[in-house]
Amino acid sequence: MSHPVTRHNPGYGRFTPLWFLAPAVVALLAIGIYPTIFAVVTSFRSYNITRRQDMLGGFPFVGFDNYVNALTDDTFWQSLLLTLKFYLTVMPLQIVLGLAIALMLHRPGLAFMRALARVALVVPLATTYAVVGLIGRLIFNREFGVANQFLGWFGIDAWDWLGSPSGAFIAIVTMDVWQWTPFVSLIFLAGLSMVPVEVEEAARLETKRHWPLLRYIQLPYMLPGLTAVLILRSADVLKLFDTVFVMTRGGPGSATDLVSVYVQRVGFKVFDLGLGSAQAILMLILTVALSRLYIRLFYREVQ
Amino acid sequence: MRHVGPGRVVHACGLLLVVVVALFPFYWMVASSLKQQTDLLASPPVWLFTPTLANYADIFADSHVMVAVLNSLLVASCTTALAVLIGTPAAYALARFEFRGKADLWFWFISNRFISPIVLALPVYLLARQVGLLNTRLVLILIDLTFNLPIVIWICTDQFRSIPPDIEQSARLEGADQFNIFWRIYLPLGLPGVAVSAIFAFIFSWNELLYSLVLITSQALKTAPVVATNFMSGYELPWGKIMATGTVIVLPVTIFALIVSRHMVRGLTMGATK
Repeated sequence: MSHPVTRHNPGYGRFTPLWFLAPAVVALLAIGIYPTIFAVVTSFRSYNITRRQDMLGGFPFVGFDNYVNALTDDTFWQSLLLTLKFYLTVMPLQIVLGLAIALMLHRPGLAFMRALARVALVVPLATTYAVVGLIGRLIFNREFGVANQFLGWFGIDAWDWLGSPSGAFIAIVTMDVWQWTPFVSLIFLAGLSMVPVEVEEAARLETKRHWPLLRYIQLPYMLPGLTAVLILRSADVLKLFDTVFVMTRGGPGSATDLVSVYVQRVGFKVFDLGLGSAQAILMLILTVALSRLYIRLFYREVQ
Repeated sequence: MRHVGPGRVVHACGLLLVVVVALFPFYWMVASSLKQQTDLLASPPVWLFTPTLANYADIFADSHVMVAVLNSLLVASCTTALAVLIGTPAAYALARFEFRGKADLWFWFISNRFISPIVLALPVYLLARQVGLLNTRLVLILIDLTFNLPIVIWICTDQFRSIPPDIEQSARLEGADQFNIFWRIYLPLGLPGVAVSAIFAFIFSWNELLYSLVLITSQALKTAPVVATNFMSGYELPWGKIMATGTVIVLPVTIFALIVSRHMVRGLTMGATK
């Protein structure tokens, strides 16, 4: 839009963009939208493939029954609340640790060690989520887990991490903090390196204290990154499935039953596809609303 | 030699701690994969032990594991190839053409990245059951495609925009058609971005668990993460084999990730922090 000349004489045919875009659009429509429509239809039916009367009745339409059931289901709300609690637990940890790591990586000197640390931070990010769950089960094992050995060094008794509600919650929080703090710190580091060198040098000459430098010079450059972190991590936490599924399957009880794990269980263990579809559609509405918001906030500069 | 102040010592210790903590779970996985069962079940855990490759010999002899690794390789490679094949032309169109609804289309592409996979899991399962695509590698490739196309489109659009438009104009004056401009100018010049996006697509589809878990029940078609988690049943778990399988899964993607480490943040944030 910024070059009106190209609009009048673009040098390409009117339908040229269509040919280039068609494969991607068709693929995303077919694989993304079509199943969604299918789910909307299913969510209005009584559709439990293990329930005999549903099979015989040809999965009858039941109006909004599934939605009413989903919205009045305490477990569904509890899993959403638990997801929120998980988010509110991991975020402060990841922000504080991420900031500390970013400042260490930004500080001059020790070039080799800083480079080494930057490389090391990539490893947690690349580790397959399912394998993170497997490692978590080994580390937090009651009998031969290394987590209990660490506690032992500080004279604390061994704990049945994955067998107790609060232990299991701490365990999945720990693995998430391990895996995602590097992400937060790399984003903060990107913000820190945006501070003009002259400004930072001048400020360092002014004061030897770290706090004013951080507060008045560096923090403003990190704020956009902080918003990005808060938003992207909230999308991630809503998605979080693999690690928790492998580590705890949502248990013990419902101590780690995050919303993804719960919805998966209703659909694929209980096989109530009608209710599961209704829950999925409700989550879809939530995530689409959130993602529209995120995108409006973040990609404003694009046309 | 500079003066070694207390600040520098704290800095060094802090960085060392970061390296140790970041690498510890990975180290513990690899170390455990080299332990014998008795060392694995020792309580408290042993740090010094005689390493053995027996667990690796076991999993390489286990056809389930090897078939699963090959399946993962096949699914991830096909997804990556398709995502690049379909995504790069779209990225070119978004980077260089002006047309109505461009911004909306762009939002739609990108929003696919934010959708939680669990939301589509049930619909895709129902549909795949209906059309007989359950227990096929094709359904995994197609569903992975929806989550990786946006990444390829985003990174490549960015890359293609940085190519000077003059090159395109002069090629057009020379009589090159639109497809050749894309194929002979944009793809080769944008290759760094294309490669980075391909590596991301490969990492994400290689790591995928949920869909493989719900769409595939046939043993011969399972992917590596599913087989690794399937060891998790029974009373005495074969931790050595589990950790050896984990290492085999994680090692290739870690190497890929180190190659694109400079772009890691860009890939994970879809450029939200420029």
